[in-house]
Amino acid sequence: MRETAYWIWFVIAGLVIFVLGGLHMAVVHLSGIVGIFNPAGAEAVAWENVAFRSHSTFFMIAYILLLAAVLYHGFYGLRTIVFELGIGKACQRSLTVALWIVGVVLFIVGAYAAIAAKTLGAAL
Amino acid sequence: MADFKKFDNHFGILGWLGGGRWGVERYLYIIHRVAGLGLLLFFLLHIFESSLRIFGPETWNGAMETLKHPFFKVGEFFIVIGFAFHALNGIRLILIEWGLAVGKAEEPVYPYRSSLNTQRPLMVIAMILSAVFIIAGGFNIFFVG
Amino acid sequence: MEKEEKKTNITFYIRRFDPAKDEEPREQQYNLQVEKGMTVLDGLHRIKETQDPTLAFRFSCRMGVCGSCGMLINGRPTLACNTQILDVTQNVLTVAPLPNFSIIRDLVPDLVPMFEVHQRIQPYIKRSDRKEMEDPSGEFFQSQHQLEKFLQFTYCIKCGACMAACPTMATDRQYLGPMPITQIYRYCVDSRDDGRKERMDIVAASHGAYNCHYAGECSNVCPKGVDPARAIQLMKKELVREYFNLVGKEPCAKVWHLPENAERKPKIQAPARTVGK
Repeated sequence: MRETAYWIWFVIAGLVIFVLGGLHMAVVHLSGIVGIFNPAGAEAVAWENVAFRSHSTFFMIAYILLLAAVLYHGFYGLRTIVFELGIGKACQRSLTVALWIVGVVLFIVGAYAAIAAKTLGAAL
Repeated sequence: MADFKKFDNHFGILGWLGGGRWGVERYLYIIHRVAGLGLLLFFLLHIFESSLRIFGPETWNGAMETLKHPFFKVGEFFIVIGFAFHALNGIRLILIEWGLAVGKAEEPVYPYRSSLNTQRPLMVIAMILSAVFIIAGGFNIFFVG
Repeated sequence: MEKEEKKTNITFYIRRFDPAKDEEPREQQYNLQVEKGMTVLDGLHRIKETQDPTLAFRFSCRMGVCGSCGMLINGRPTLACNTQILDVTQNVLTVAPLPNFSIIRDLVPDLVPMFEVHQRIQPYIKRSDRKEMEDPSGEFFQSQHQLEKFLQFTYCIKCGACMAACPTMATDRQYLGPMPITQIYRYCVDSRDDGRKERMDIVAASHGAYNCHYAGECSNVCPKGVDPARAIQLMKKELVREYFNLVGKEPCAKVWHLPENAERKPKIQAPARTVGK
């Protein structure tokens, strides 16, 4: 049943990305049309806009959730594609372990950045 | 079974790409896969790039100056295309793979209608929505942003 | 009125492979006068009889029932006996063995890997009461509605066209394939069957149902309208329901006994076992 669990969480992560990633895309790439969460104008990556989003608790939680969902979804997808190339059983197991480790490390890096940007906000 | 020489006739990785006489879902399958890999590669870079904000406004604005280059603008547009397609096609795939859009087993009567016909309206809606999103994103990137 | 025999000249490009001589398959060209109503299998027979007796291909019923003559005809895996030449072409016809299998000779693919998987999924009704299965005392109840849940998938003739069309099969040799997963679903939803758990373990493992990404090719090429892509998605639906514990504990069909005083003629009997004694 492990593959079933992997796959079902892969799909659920996809739905999370659809909602949160869709919001992120709307904020950053449709800034001139939708114009939400950009208090300093349509330039979504201007420092004032970025600082505004970094300091909001909602965005911190959303970024961390999105990070976890994308890493899981992406690495499961990559694993499926590599498995379909027809690699051996030992390779499959080591790939699964390697992707878990890389995923967790990247999650820690990204989550630290999100939390640090929020807490440093008061100082900057 | 007797052992004799056989010729291995597997398509290999070219079999993913398909060709001329395949159905449209086959192309969506391979585009979905390529878009997914592209988005994953971008995302790994994006983690570090967006983490730069913890070093303050100077570092951030310096990085953003670099990203103003037309190369990155086009790259950004590709990300929008990939995301819009992968997201909306993904929703279609979830509905299909959780058995919600393929219909029930039916008596096969020639000319056969398959689950591909059942999900086709969904496919058309997903593609139109992603086209709308891509056009809006492109407008925003090249004319507003 | 005089009957007019209209013949068209068709060039056949047939993929040949002789394991004794060739390292790689080669194309051989034949010209044939084709009339209306001739199938590709008829054409191959005509070539074998009049031009080249060394041409090897597999066939049996020549009416789309047995599933022996699966071939790649003009790039599309289908049955040679079910394809009219003039329906697919007016000048050039390419015939090749089914891809995603090994070639034994000319147009004969090695279907053994497919049937090994088919055997592994135990494609027969399994009951927990083994005694009843081997020496039945009556019949199993099944309603029309229960039958319709899987009837479409019983029309499969195991020709291998879906396996040849599947993009996952092109690289992944451990993948079960569209045909076996369809058959797993067929037995999983059969109300008479008890082997759901065992078959689910096979299909839920790596290289099982989750390596189907709905390219939809199997359903496009199926010569019997079995629609393997639908069966695989419904199989995944069952797996999701199983994971979230949404499957009701439906007991499998009960044995139906004849009323007292009634006698069945002839008495029902299971066929004698031939393998696995």
